[in-house]
Amino acid sequence: MSAVGGAAVPAVDERVTRVNPLRRAFTRPEMGAVAGAVAVWVFFAIVAGGNGFLTLRGTASYLEVAAELGILAVPVALLMIGGEFDLSIGSVIGAGSMTTALLAAQFGWNIWPALFVSLAVALALGAFNGTLVLRTGLPSFIVTLGTLFMVRGATIAITRITTGRTQVGNLDEVAGYDVARTLFASSIPVGPAALPISVVWWLALVGLGSWLLLRTRFGNWIFGVGGNTASARNVGVPVGTVKVILFMLTAAAAWLVATIQAVNFGGADVLRGSDREFFAIIAAVIGGNLLTGGYGSVVGAAFGALIVGMIQQGVVYAGIDADWVQFFLGAMLLIAVLVNRAIRSRAMGGRG
Amino acid sequence: MSATVSSRVAAPAPPELAGTTPLLEVRDVSKSFGSVIALKDISMSVHAGEVMCLLGDNGAGKSTLIKILSGVHPASEGEYLVEGKPVRFGSPRDALDHGIATVYQDLAMIPLMSIARNFFLGSEPTRGVGPFRRFDLETADRTTRDEMAKMGILLRDTDQPVGTLSGGERQCVAIARAVYFGAKVLILDEPTAALGVKEAGVVLRYIAQARARGLGVIFITHNVHHAYPIGDRFTLLNRGRSYGTFAKDDVTREEVVTMMAGGEELEELGHELEEFARADGLAAGRLGEVGRELEAEARG
Ligand SMILES: Nc1ncnc2c1ncn2[C@@H]1O[C@H](COP(=O)(O)OP(=O)(O)O)[C@@H](O)[C@H]1O
Ligand SMILES: [Mg+2]
Repeated sequence: MSAVGGAAVPAVDERVTRVNPLRRAFTRPEMGAVAGAVAVWVFFAIVAGGNGFLTLRGTASYLEVAAELGILAVPVALLMIGGEFDLSIGSVIGAGSMTTALLAAQFGWNIWPALFVSLAVALALGAFNGTLVLRTGLPSFIVTLGTLFMVRGATIAITRITTGRTQVGNLDEVAGYDVARTLFASSIPVGPAALPISVVWWLALVGLGSWLLLRTRFGNWIFGVGGNTASARNVGVPVGTVKVILFMLTAAAAWLVATIQAVNFGGADVLRGSDREFFAIIAAVIGGNLLTGGYGSVVGAAFGALIVGMIQQGVVYAGIDADWVQFFLGAMLLIAVLVNRAIRSRAMGGRG
Repeated sequence: MSATVSSRVAAPAPPELAGTTPLLEVRDVSKSFGSVIALKDISMSVHAGEVMCLLGDNGAGKSTLIKILSGVHPASEGEYLVEGKPVRFGSPRDALDHGIATVYQDLAMIPLMSIARNFFLGSEPTRGVGPFRRFDLETADRTTRDEMAKMGILLRDTDQPVGTLSGGERQCVAIARAVYFGAKVLILDEPTAALGVKEAGVVLRYIAQARARGLGVIFITHNVHHAYPIGDRFTLLNRGRSYGTFAKDDVTREEVVTMMAGGEELEELGHELEEFARADGLAAGRLGEVGRELEAEARG
């Protein structure tokens, strides 16, 4: 038997069929969200096109909504691909913006050290979530549900003890605010409209997150850890480190959104960021990220955020009662999950 | 338990390997999980260029033994030597660093990840420096394709998910990966258990190639038809204990089957075996072919 032991190159394997590039494009995880975004845009172009949905101003308005959500959806997607959830995001937004506001507006700090401290607080909360999940072996859903309530409760309590209120204003009068405003809350004029700088942050993070996921070792570890933790550990992936870093990234994104909002509004509210975790998870899932981990796309999550933004603003432009927004979002989520499941099973050639 | 079986002494290494230090050796290892004694006083070794088959029925302790060898569990008692030196592994990474690679039956590959990404998971090649250091996917793709071709599997698309491969191909990717990363000892936990006859043949050929490259292979199975054609020595486990190690020249296929089953009720077993052999006739026939080829190759 000549093939045994030697490096004989076998004849072309007739069982492997050539992969059609178009077919392959349609098996990518973000495909459903890209198609969905086009469909949603066309829908609102028809029903709300006459009311300004198609104008630059209309476009900027849904991009702004999409941006604040999309910034969160980047690490939420990475974490989901890594096999975990973070429900504490909303409360970290509240805690982050309140830490900045208390230190700067209440205690008179320059805004930059205040931002630095609030970032440290957020990262510590992320590391705490990750470590607790690893140490206890509990589902991250439960662990971060716990921290969601703890952090929100502590934020309200500490703010009321220190200030007697649940809102802190006058952040726009503290030292260093102007530079912070340029960086986090300015806008770029585009014709008659103004594109908020958060959109730039969003696009930059999508690029960075997607590069991290697809082009770095760490990204390969994320897929591995989420696909099968035991397998990944067996081939030497530092599973614990990967997960803790992913939790810290979601917390860091929550801090960024907190900062954008606090600087924009010139203050903080303890309830800031409520429900944001659900919207970010919806965006990630619409974007083709698998809830059970190991599969997904940062670009998909960006399109998911775009869909949420278009629905939220499109409903308003269409003159439909805004009460219906949540209904549409929920329906979109269900449709997306079904479509994405079909795409995934095509990618797996029927074996998935 | 049959006295003749349990009193047999462990076979020494094959003549050409006698005197050389085994790549890997355990002496009298035991492992208990709470009150469950999974392994008791097991000794075995594997040399370079040798296939050591670890045989035993379900629950015999095969997986527990290889988890000790691969650094997943520490042994409760006993010695573990790699190339003659005592070792203590704290994690699978430690074992890998000593050149001991393990392919787990169900954990070998991550189905949703591409072949190339799976191949390099945990040992990704990189390009660039500092913050621009990135996963060199081009090298990963090319290497995966080349390594698989060397082993006789042609991949058109290393980007396709591993889940689209057949079970045998998946095992082959996992074995190719271990060989590529310089494993000296390859531990395969039931790589053929879930495979059809033809696919099992592919994996067996592949094991023979690894041996030809000078690796020591520990091949775990409870299927003698898979083990006998390729094994050089056989270590038999039964209910956590070892019946000893036998060189292929010293035992027949039937003796091995008998010992695996516990050596009890020989008569009854003999009949069952005949049934099994009849039912499995086709399978055994095809594997026999592979076996004859492999044996011929080993001699020539
Ligand atoms: N982590 C564990 N905890 C408790 N008992 C275990 C554990 N792993 C294996 N065992 C027990 O050890 C024995 C041997 O199991 P195993 O090594 O998996 O056998 P095999 O691979 O030969 O089928 C079984 O009785 C099993 O229940
Ligand atoms: Mg087993």
